[in-house]
Amino acid sequence: MRSTARRAAQVVCVLTTASLLAACGAGKERPSEDGTAVGVTDTTIKIGAHFPLTGPAAPGYSEIPSGHEAFYEYVNDAGGVHGREIEMIVKDDAYNPTNTSAVTNDMILQDEIFAMVAGLGTPTHRAVVQRLNDDGIPDLFVSSGSLQWGDDPETSPMTFGWQPDYEIEGKIIGQYVKENMPDAKVGLFLQDDDFGEDGEKGARQFLDSQIVDVQKYTPGGSTDFSPQMSSFKSKGVDLVLGFNTPSYTALSQIAAQGVGFKAKWFYSNVGADPALVGGLLASMTKGKIPAEQGVKLMDGMMTTEYIPGVDAPDDEWVKLWQKVWDSYSKKGSEKLTNYRIYGMSQAYTFVQALQANGKDLTRESIVETIEKEGASFEGPGLAPFRFSEDSHLGISGVSVVELKNGASEPLTPVLVTDIGDAPIKEDDSAASDAPPSSGIPE
Amino acid sequence: MERLSSFIGPLVRPVRSVPLAWHLLVGLLAFLVVATVIGSSSQYLQTRYAEMAFFAIAAGGLTLLTGLSGQLSLGHGALMAVGAYAATLVLERTGGETLADVFVALLVAIAVCAVVGVIVGVPAARLHGPYIAGATLTLAVAVPRLANQWEFLGGEQGLQVPVPRAAELPAWIQDLVWFFTAAEIDQYSFLAYLGWLLLILAFVALANLSRSRVGRRWRAVRDDDVSAELAGIHLGRARVVAFTVSAMCAGLAGGLMAMNVRLTAPGAFTITLSLTLLAAVVLGGLGSLTGALIGAGVLAFLPHFATDLGESAGLSATQAAEVTPVVYGLVLMLVILLAPAGIVGSLRLFLARSSLGSSTKEKTT
Repeated sequence: MRSTARRAAQVVCVLTTASLLAACGAGKERPSEDGTAVGVTDTTIKIGAHFPLTGPAAPGYSEIPSGHEAFYEYVNDAGGVHGREIEMIVKDDAYNPTNTSAVTNDMILQDEIFAMVAGLGTPTHRAVVQRLNDDGIPDLFVSSGSLQWGDDPETSPMTFGWQPDYEIEGKIIGQYVKENMPDAKVGLFLQDDDFGEDGEKGARQFLDSQIVDVQKYTPGGSTDFSPQMSSFKSKGVDLVLGFNTPSYTALSQIAAQGVGFKAKWFYSNVGADPALVGGLLASMTKGKIPAEQGVKLMDGMMTTEYIPGVDAPDDEWVKLWQKVWDSYSKKGSEKLTNYRIYGMSQAYTFVQALQANGKDLTRESIVETIEKEGASFEGPGLAPFRFSEDSHLGISGVSVVELKNGASEPLTPVLVTDIGDAPIKEDDSAASDAPPSSGIPE
Repeated sequence: MERLSSFIGPLVRPVRSVPLAWHLLVGLLAFLVVATVIGSSSQYLQTRYAEMAFFAIAAGGLTLLTGLSGQLSLGHGALMAVGAYAATLVLERTGGETLADVFVALLVAIAVCAVVGVIVGVPAARLHGPYIAGATLTLAVAVPRLANQWEFLGGEQGLQVPVPRAAELPAWIQDLVWFFTAAEIDQYSFLAYLGWLLLILAFVALANLSRSRVGRRWRAVRDDDVSAELAGIHLGRARVVAFTVSAMCAGLAGGLMAMNVRLTAPGAFTITLSLTLLAAVVLGGLGSLTGALIGAGVLAFLPHFATDLGESAGLSATQAAEVTPVVYGLVLMLVILLAPAGIVGSLRLFLARSSLGSSTKEKTT
């Protein structure tokens, strides 16, 4: 009995001593947050983004990262930015917010990216904005026009938009329709999330009395839109405003043909790429509508534009993108598309921000640089950025265009505005910016 | 060596003979090992471990239902969705900043799923084999879509989930973790510790249940329902209890999943999730908790492993993304071909055969 007690006492003594020692050792250097920039070395900058590389949103959108990669390689071959080469990690989220959360987690913890650049999608990116801001990771130039990427820098200080937000696009579309088609009976075709909501908010500023029907869809849900088109038909809609992604432009066109619904169509920029929608129409109807005819089907459709695209091969910016794409595309046979141009244009803005930031790069400094100097960045955008301490919203305007044979013909000059009741003004000043001769922002 | 076993033997034997004590002891030891591993891992691995933990809890519940009670459920993804939404809604109300909020949310998730389990379990108890599978399949398809019907469920974009930040955890936990691992507890390691603690508690409970009279009844019902009924077992009751217990596990797993993913959206709970859970259970070995754990490990690690492998082999991001389900499918097919009873089941068979072999040899010589 006695020996057991003694042994117990010994064990307790040893354990106590050991744990006290361990505690002392540990207590010495309880680390504090370090200020060095993760993902940045003297020779590299590592960035990451989530894109739908597979699944229903992949057509078109999956081409955007290839534009980024081509432009970064072009810049890297010219010596990088302040001696640093840009490396981009792209992860597939299949346009599913849960996957976005998972792959973003991997990029932050495993790949240790410096910043998220151009993560795509409204519902998808919304899933990770809070985490990126909580962890103090710059979340630059989101590939989506939702208001939440910039209307409230206090809640999301690290997040910046890039393209015109859906509210100002809705406003400009709304005003155009009101002025030019005052008798049109308008039907709204909306993605059932912030994308559709923001667009509707802008359009209703001008068209509240003209809107006679609203139909919504959930991405990844039903692909048959006959009921929606029948509803438009029965309510006498003769102009449809679509705030939807490209696949749903094709699906709505197929359904409209199916139920014999004829109207004028006005798709927001996101869903209106003629080449892509033409191809989608061909594959969705199993060739019943050949791609060329699909492109023709888009004739007379209206949409908006905020960067020059492939249909303007003589534009100085498009010449630059063509040059970069010809020498740096991974597979030479693939053509330059509007989505690749979109990616390169974003990449251009990112390189511009890095240049303006200077050699001392931290997560805080890049945000500060864009807030201070972003509004004066000259780039392919037809209208200037709105970046400031109070707004992280991107390009401030669009021009309304009509599609003819897969090319766009402007119906208005560049119209510039801001969210809320800011007036809509004509402003062509940024549209005449030309790229520097090196093709790399200075 | 002999002295040691003669010393330990009498100590262990009484513990082994009482299942609860034995399971608790194993659970405690397991938690010590797991805590050490989590404490010394990178944040990235910690998130993987946390993912493995919630998959294992759901798979554990499913393996009990399918392996012990013989009911094939294809709807466990939907039950996880119920748990995830329940936990998220509670966390939204409470702010989810303290440890108490987290446990309240998880308890509510379990409770709601228990109710759903009874509601689904009662009609399911009248069905057999493929019919249960069909009925639960509709559940898996329909339930996540409910989120699009009601505004407060957040639609397709889902609901953000607040999780406790490290600074708001009780000081004693922070000190305890610091004391043992010399690392600051953050939200990643917190979720990993929490997940594995609950996993071990759940498995101790499930292991005990399966050794008890309840578990024996389930086996009897599974093996021959007529003779089970002749022996005085209420078939319906046994099946409903099994379904409810399994649903509670799925609820807990769903709640944990919500905290880990930080978003609860219908896209997380597709039919694929239900099928993957079933795959994990089959992969590990039907009816075995260890098998469920192994299956969950494969689920949590294999897709990332495959993507990394694809990328390091020089594939583009798109190709690597496409290669993942192929690797996953191949592994599943290989296991079913080479180890038809699952990993654990086949190992057990192998061990049983070899010990049988050696004992017969001894006899002949």
